[in-house]
Amino acid sequence: MRFIVCIKQVPDTTEVKIDPETNTLKREGVPSIINPFDKNALEAALQLKEQLGGNVVVISMGPPQAEEALREALAMGADEAVLLSDRAFGGADTLATSYTLAEAIKQQGEYDLVLFGLQAIDGDTGQVGPEVAEHLGIPQVTYVRALDIVDGVVRMERDDGVDCMVVEAAMPLAVTVTADINDPRLSSLRGKMRAKKADIPVLTAGDLGVDPGRIGLQGSPTQVVRVFTPPIGKGGEILSGSVEEAVSALLDRLHEKNIV
Amino acid sequence: MAVRINTAECTGCGLCVDSCPFPGAVEIVADKAVLTDQCTGCGACEAACPVSAIEVERKSEKEPADTSSGIWVYAEVQRGKLATVALELLGKGRELADELGQGLAAVLIGSEVAGLADALFEHGADVVYLAEGEVFSQYRTEPYAQVMADLVKQENPSIVLIGATPNGRDLGPRVAARLETGLTADCTGLAIDAESGLLQQTRPAFGGNIMATIICPNRRPQMATVRPHVMPCPVAQPGRRGELVRVDHDVREADVQTKVRELAGQVRQFVDLEGAEVIVAGGRGLGKPEGFEILAELARELGGVVGASRATVDAEWIGKEHQVGQTGKTVAPKLYIACGISGAIQHLAGMSNSDVIVAINKDPEAPIFKVATYGIVGNVHEVVPQLLAQLRRRRGAAN
Repeated sequence: MRFIVCIKQVPDTTEVKIDPETNTLKREGVPSIINPFDKNALEAALQLKEQLGGNVVVISMGPPQAEEALREALAMGADEAVLLSDRAFGGADTLATSYTLAEAIKQQGEYDLVLFGLQAIDGDTGQVGPEVAEHLGIPQVTYVRALDIVDGVVRMERDDGVDCMVVEAAMPLAVTVTADINDPRLSSLRGKMRAKKADIPVLTAGDLGVDPGRIGLQGSPTQVVRVFTPPIGKGGEILSGSVEEAVSALLDRLHEKNIV
Repeated sequence: MAVRINTAECTGCGLCVDSCPFPGAVEIVADKAVLTDQCTGCGACEAACPVSAIEVERKSEKEPADTSSGIWVYAEVQRGKLATVALELLGKGRELADELGQGLAAVLIGSEVAGLADALFEHGADVVYLAEGEVFSQYRTEPYAQVMADLVKQENPSIVLIGATPNGRDLGPRVAARLETGLTADCTGLAIDAESGLLQQTRPAFGGNIMATIICPNRRPQMATVRPHVMPCPVAQPGRRGELVRVDHDVREADVQTKVRELAGQVRQFVDLEGAEVIVAGGRGLGKPEGFEILAELARELGGVVGASRATVDAEWIGKEHQVGQTGKTVAPKLYIACGISGAIQHLAGMSNSDVIVAINKDPEAPIFKVATYGIVGNVHEVVPQLLAQLRRRRGAAN
């Protein structure tokens, strides 16, 4: 069986702090990591491979340094890695990104399951998985929190926020997984050694033979017109005094507002 | 967009570095600003440059004549009822439709859901497109996306709004990709640009650290998913009617690849964070998992539920179903009591729309105080028991 996992290298947004003086982002030393949800997708693929045999291919689109993320995926146990990198891919929104990834997946030949993390922690859109599935013309199941393959049928638990249901589908299939699905493994020392030496092909727009009008900025229907730091309030009333006094003052105010 | 720096003009002042929302995307090298591969071309630096050395090239595709018209709202059904976000979107959709002088339609898909159309009219829809059939009894991407995409192709609406629920976030991108149009995820603000008539879609990004306003100038429809509990729910106008259009479709069960085998039901305990009027939430300042016990007691006393910061969920002090914030639930209760929560931007993104926010934290510099209506600087282990005791005393006296 052939499993394809799409991963993204992201800045660790949980490490981003706001400077309370200037209300701007402190950006020094924010590390780049594999998107955490994508690690869950990779772990799911590795477990399936261990159970059923086959191989795991990781694909990432990004700047040249996204190669680090792919090496980490190899160290975790992926068999092959492919980097899609080209200045022409820059500025892509989810439609252009998903088209590019789908073209790269088609080039991989036969595949059974394409796995994605639920969303990336920098963009938080969760759109690339479903959009790739549409470009590939294969069914999708999102928000997958458990996954198994029995007799060639994928059996999943899908959590739609209201209900959890068991869904079955044939392959090829695209899935996006939540953090509940597993705990991603750490890379082994042997894995790291292997990853260090691995050859990671870098594919450009020319190598993929993509339509230049559908990639990067040119192929992106959406445009960012303004970026700003969210307004943070000035803060309300600080209730001072002893704990008893402060709590009493708080209850008076909540009572006035008819809240308690 | 592509960003260009005119090095002859650049003075190396570094204001662009400060304005840049992406770490390391622009650096000062030898007193000149230099863009790195991290640059996303967002253009935030353009306005910050005091000597106009930064130029942002915006696309100037020739716009084809726009013949699209109408605002559409996807009327999501959850367990046989309309999702609250569908009504919220009708409220916002009505505003946008009136501003543009266009109609507002709802798309209702399901099995035996015709009875829900009245509520859609009463909340502002002029037209309800109704697609019914056994094949729609449980949400699945393929049949829903097919009906939605075919209907959009046929009717050519200008704007399509979908609630950013799990099913909405599954349906939206599938439909957008089929229509080859843009989709903005998880919007928290929607407005019409007076000059161009385009939909301005504002959303948090980068873990809620920045907000971005996005447009889709040259493709139709302009599509957005919108976070629940951000837009106010409109007041129903009893007796308001509209036109019900039954949609012919040829979706057959045999063509659908995914099968729902069973409802596993509530695997986890259900916490109605989004519907709660009072939320008592805890953060790392509680010190240990047991810290949530008294919060649960306070929540019970106030008729509310317990919320939690991401840090406590990650540390497994409490279940994920309690998590409020960017990667958890967005909530807007009447009263939100934040106990020992410092107020990381990801958390604030999920609760700052609450009516009244009470912050209890020992660090007076904690960002949570910036969004709080009332703050108490103190030890949460002293303040919360005191709050519970005084509340009970007052209630005892009142009875």
